[in-house]
Amino acid sequence: MAQEHISRKPRDKDSSDQAQESVTKSSDKAALDSEVDDLLDDIDSVLEENAEEFVASFVQKGGE
Amino acid sequence: MTVRRVMGIETEYGISVPGREDVSATVASAHVVTAYSRQMPGANRQRVRWEFGDESPLRDARGFDMSRADADPSQLTDEDFGYANAVLPNGARLYVDHAHPEYSSPEVTNPLDAVLYDAAGEEIMRRSLAELQADPQTPTIRLYKNNSDSKGASYGTHENYLMSRATPFQAIAAALIPFFVCRPVITGSGRIGIGRAGELPGFQISSRADYFEEEIGLETTMRRPIINTRDEPHADANEYRRLHVIVGDANMSQTATYLKLGFTSLVLHAVEAGVDFGDLALVEPVIQMHEVSYDTELTRTMLLRDGRKLTAIDLLEIYLERATKSVLEHDEQTDDVIERVGQILGQLRADKWTLASELDWVAKLRILEGYRKRDGLDWNAPALAMVDLQYSDIDSHRGLANKLMAKGSLKTLFGQDQIDLAVDEPPIDTRAWFRGKCVTRFPSEVAAASWDAVVFDTPGNEALQRISTLDPFKGTRAHVASLFDRAGTADEFLALLEQS
Repeated sequence: MAQEHISRKPRDKDSSDQAQESVTKSSDKAALDSEVDDLLDDIDSVLEENAEEFVASFVQKGGE
Repeated sequence: MTVRRVMGIETEYGISVPGREDVSATVASAHVVTAYSRQMPGANRQRVRWEFGDESPLRDARGFDMSRADADPSQLTDEDFGYANAVLPNGARLYVDHAHPEYSSPEVTNPLDAVLYDAAGEEIMRRSLAELQADPQTPTIRLYKNNSDSKGASYGTHENYLMSRATPFQAIAAALIPFFVCRPVITGSGRIGIGRAGELPGFQISSRADYFEEEIGLETTMRRPIINTRDEPHADANEYRRLHVIVGDANMSQTATYLKLGFTSLVLHAVEAGVDFGDLALVEPVIQMHEVSYDTELTRTMLLRDGRKLTAIDLLEIYLERATKSVLEHDEQTDDVIERVGQILGQLRADKWTLASELDWVAKLRILEGYRKRDGLDWNAPALAMVDLQYSDIDSHRGLANKLMAKGSLKTLFGQDQIDLAVDEPPIDTRAWFRGKCVTRFPSEVAAASWDAVVFDTPGNEALQRISTLDPFKGTRAHVASLFDRAGTADEFLALLEQS
């Protein structure tokens, strides 16, 4: 049964965790800043165009 | 019991059709629901309707009937679309709630499974959009796992916890009000703007806090209360109550969801065990809830009724300590929740930025601060509002939280292979297994389903057959898998069920 393959536990260490540890262990400001700069470059490439118009047109009705 | 109990999460997704203000959100939401139904196993069949309970004549149960299911979505009116509904192979419900597509996860027994099936909900939304957008005539649709448009409207991410009916509601409410005021420092998703419509520039920890105005009440859409008193247990009401928690943020971070459910369940366990939190009562808790959300430095103190002044972290540490002491039987997940909450509170105290890889509000704030510094932006810059919104876009590439996860900058608890399985397979240890397997195995014969019943319409029976699933712990794989294995047809299955 396929369901048996669903681990009921989180993965203790996957590669992304390990990569991240090196970042979070040092709260060194310079290291964080340079990681953020990389992230921003990545985000720039996917951010919706015409942010002002896009955000203004995001109007929701209530729910719940 | 410890952090383990029957629980689940309902998520209303924000939806937009950019450039097409003429398309109603309700119609767009129905497209999302019906698109997913079309690609479910046994597609083209009659969609499974929601069963509205004993009091409704079944033949009148609202939902898609055969003719509506066969109709092209564009032919359906807004009203038809309001009833779009599907019961999914993993036991979840996917439907249109007001003007949002909503995924109600299947019942699970522990916080980690709640995270997994919540993530499966995101994947289901992604697949639905992929199906829709494969048709070039469909306008672009975006889905957001967030709680607000920052123009005054808010929609919910509700947690549900099955509790013992024996625990007095007043004790539950008294314990939970200060807890829910403080919990967002771990579970907040972050939001640009202060005030319901973001009247003041700035950033706050919780995307929901500003929309709460009362301490206790039944409402969910206006004058929202910190403690919601809705109590349809979908189980034996003499034995259980369902605690319906409406204060929570929609989390992209799996860690935040895990600790939201885990820590809350732990505190509920303590309340059920008789631990008293009455001394933590706050002066003006609704105002405190807003103020906690605005205090990104995490240093502001709150006045307690007994005169003490404590920070949100101080209070959560007290909750953790008392709840931990009440745990007599330890299990792996309970110990893990206790350890992680303790670590995170310590990190929040020492240096919140160390949690940018785990908590949504910190991850989001770090990006926003990066933009502010790099581009010299004020808090009211449209680019920052765009980042805030796009953080919760469910798309794998466009969504910023998803992007962070793909890069390893936001930790995950489950891999895509595990999430894919949870899209198709129900949890094995609740009645959701029975529900999910019924709609997978007998798609043509299941006429309707709900949390506490599955209704069959079979060739061998003139009358509809309603199978009650009132006990959340029955209908597990261990209970009924052999019946599914032995039955060739739905009628055989029902006969076997009757004998068992």
